[in-house]
Amino acid sequence: MISRIVIEDLALRRGERLLFEHLAFTVAPGEAVALTGRNGAGKTSLLRAVAGLLRPVAGRVAFEGIEPEAAAGTLHLLGHLDGLKGGRTAWEELRFAALWSGGTEDGARAAATTLELDRLLALEVRKLSAGQRRRLALARLLAAPRPLWLLDEPLAPLDSVWRARMGELMAAHTAGGGMILAAVHDPLPLPSRGVEVGA
Amino acid sequence: MKPLVTLLGRELALAWSRGGGPLPALAFYAGMATLLPFAVGPEPERLAAVAPGFAWLALALASLLSLERLFERDFEDGTLDLLVLGPAPLEAVCAIKCLAQWLAAGLPLAFAAPLAAIALGAPVALAPLVFLCALIGGLAFAFVGGLGAALALGSRRGGLLIAIIVLPLFAPPVIFGGGALTQLAAGLPWTSGLALLAGWTAAAVALSPLAMAAACRNAVD
Repeated sequence: MISRIVIEDLALRRGERLLFEHLAFTVAPGEAVALTGRNGAGKTSLLRAVAGLLRPVAGRVAFEGIEPEAAAGTLHLLGHLDGLKGGRTAWEELRFAALWSGGTEDGARAAATTLELDRLLALEVRKLSAGQRRRLALARLLAAPRPLWLLDEPLAPLDSVWRARMGELMAAHTAGGGMILAAVHDPLPLPSRGVEVGA
Repeated sequence: MKPLVTLLGRELALAWSRGGGPLPALAFYAGMATLLPFAVGPEPERLAAVAPGFAWLALALASLLSLERLFERDFEDGTLDLLVLGPAPLEAVCAIKCLAQWLAAGLPLAFAAPLAAIALGAPVALAPLVFLCALIGGLAFAFVGGLGAALALGSRRGGLLIAIIVLPLFAPPVIFGGGALTQLAAGLPWTSGLALLAGWTAAAVALSPLAMAAACRNAVD
């Protein structure tokens, strides 16, 4: 059980450029944190550093309450590169993501129903619209329950109806003790705390 | 273990569809076999002498064909992040990818190799050993090739880079397998060459996943 995620005195670099330094904040269970900042400020890099993919130049990301090796198993990272293969069907991709993240086929089916993807599951991913494709990517969050959601511009391709719907699903996640760390340009459609990156 | 089985199924499906499946590699192989008589001359004795070695070398080159997309596509579309963050050790993930590559491309080529050798006039008695070398060696080519593909991640002209990284590492298995074939053709004991080939393959299967995983971690950083 994660008791808290602590980002301490963090500094990240991409190539030769220092993105930011001395960044510090915490995320507690039940909290949603909206990361804001200019294009290129380092929001995506911060999410990747929290996921453990990027090595910080200084500072640390600590998942309190669990072993460091277990951190990757407690999070979903949904970047703008969604890892969906165009030539595979939506169901094949959702099923794989669910099983790969410790979920079940039933969980994948339920997630598809929640995001109204049932009629699209037999289609190849490349035939989906940008919004449908994003909903398929978001369905992976529900297909395998994990406490921490790291989301990079999760709502960008969605219409207003689906933005509101995702707001409800994200609120349900935090109400159940989940945590959300999302890079956004528009405010998140749920109560959240803001952290500015690269200010 | 279960996630890895799921991954193998997905990787097999992807490897089968990557660049049209095993057909292009087989077509490339058949094309090389057709060109050989033009290059060395059509005299049957001369062709028969070089046929087993040629079938073996062409297999090594044909197995290079679809390597470029092995890791690069996953890197470009974000799949590599999911694989790095997944429940299985990254070394096992890389091994599964190479295994799928071998099943989808190496195995069909292993069946084509003895056919090509016989078609070029090699004695039929050599065919089983050509098959065996292709089968075992193909596994080494897949794993060593995967190492090249992982190291070339993110570079432009990755395909060329892979070939340059991988070809020197192909030398030992080509020598061992070719040695066994020459020995058998000359009626000499041939098992040592095959054993060395199997040993090289075992080393490649055991060690290259470690390097591939390190290269992948480096690429996503």
